[in-house]
Amino acid sequence: MADNKTKEKEPLFSKKNLGLVKDPLADNNPITVQVLGICSALAITAELKAAIIMALSVTFVTAMGNVVISLMRNIIPNSIRIITQLVVAATLVIIVDLTLKAYVPDLAKKLSVFVGLIITNCIIMGRFEAFALGNGPWKSFLDGIGNGLGYGIILVIVGFFRELLGSGKLFGFEVLGNPVDKTGLYALGYHNNGFMLLAPMALITLGLIIGFQRSRNKSLIEETH
Amino acid sequence: MSTKRTDSNVYTIVFAVILVVVVGSLLAFFANATKEMRDNNDKVKTQIDILSSMGVEATRTNATEMFNQYIKKQYVVEGTTATENSEAYLIDVKKEQDAAKTGKVQRLPLFIGEKDGKTIYIFPVRGNGLWDAIWGYVALNDDLKSIYGVFFDHKGETPGLGANITESFFKDDFKGEMIYDKDGNYKSVTTSKSNADPNNLDKTDNEVDAISGATITSNGVSAMLKKDISLYLPYFETLKK
Repeated sequence: MADNKTKEKEPLFSKKNLGLVKDPLADNNPITVQVLGICSALAITAELKAAIIMALSVTFVTAMGNVVISLMRNIIPNSIRIITQLVVAATLVIIVDLTLKAYVPDLAKKLSVFVGLIITNCIIMGRFEAFALGNGPWKSFLDGIGNGLGYGIILVIVGFFRELLGSGKLFGFEVLGNPVDKTGLYALGYHNNGFMLLAPMALITLGLIIGFQRSRNKSLIEETH
Repeated sequence: MSTKRTDSNVYTIVFAVILVVVVGSLLAFFANATKEMRDNNDKVKTQIDILSSMGVEATRTNATEMFNQYIKKQYVVEGTTATENSEAYLIDVKKEQDAAKTGKVQRLPLFIGEKDGKTIYIFPVRGNGLWDAIWGYVALNDDLKSIYGVFFDHKGETPGLGANITESFFKDDFKGEMIYDKDGNYKSVTTSKSNADPNNLDKTDNEVDAISGATITSNGVSAMLKKDISLYLPYFETLKK
């Protein structure tokens, strides 16, 4: 994905630039295709709300981090470039963490350690190293947004199914009725599948999404040797 | 690879130093800018937690108002004496526990709440779970012998297991439990795996059901209650007279 160093002016939202945002949403999705950032996708998707906040936080860090790294790409000494990337990612993560603690303290407590663990999310270092170091700030910004959202969309899909089937809720609302009072679906003898709330089912849900995506887009299927 | 300006050792070191200084100041600035809000959030959370132990559910928006309404007096207890202090709820229990280890007298916050005409004595407890700290508030009835309600929280217990100490099914079992046995000896309340009273009808057995799969967290709750309730007993004895 090297920059061709084209001199002529490119429109801000040229087809190529839009591709930077669109590709990671589907055909080059960081989770389902590049298989990065799986750990946090499993950990915080038991509830839709937590998944969305996590997705926004990661998008902020990839986008801003990509811009910062891209602006510094010509002055970063090669021998400490990974550490520099790590420092930039860590700084942004701490800013996100402090902001969440100041404005949404209850949610911050729920996400607790996973916000800090955004630092170790492979997507971030992966985009810094593979894209931002070789591209201008605007392109890097779009690439960061694209990859953050690509990560986020999978989190939201997994979170949707886990919260719905595991607790019978969406965003905390009891959409299937109340299991204690036996209203709605529960009156017909329906039960929540508590297994959906545990990490293994997140992995299986993710596997089903990957399988579904590859069945629709055969070009993603690896050659068997 | 051709040698570039950015490859020299001096450049690398200078770059690293500048980077650290810039990032350090940026973060310090950010931490300072949000400090007031974060501190305030913590204060409000403490008020919500104290109220929760006496069965009053407050939200972040009305916590301070409710706290002033239900908590009539705040004391700092040292040994057998209590001095009134309207900011007793801000006392850092962890710091006091650490100070007590070095031989200092532990300053113990005590809150006198009033609900439905009943006086309720509330105080904080703090101990260790499986992974990290656990803490909470214990509310005693005005006989100073039985529990009115409890509140528990934790830093990082296992979700679905130890973390369930915050759930009402566990906390509600404590309501009405005696902290003394039939002969009047201090027993605290223990979490038990071999509880012969699964529906928790016997309030004088000094036992509640432990949480399955969370033995160490449950034991931590027992130890925390046993130790921290006992700290207040000398003062409570003077009240009973």
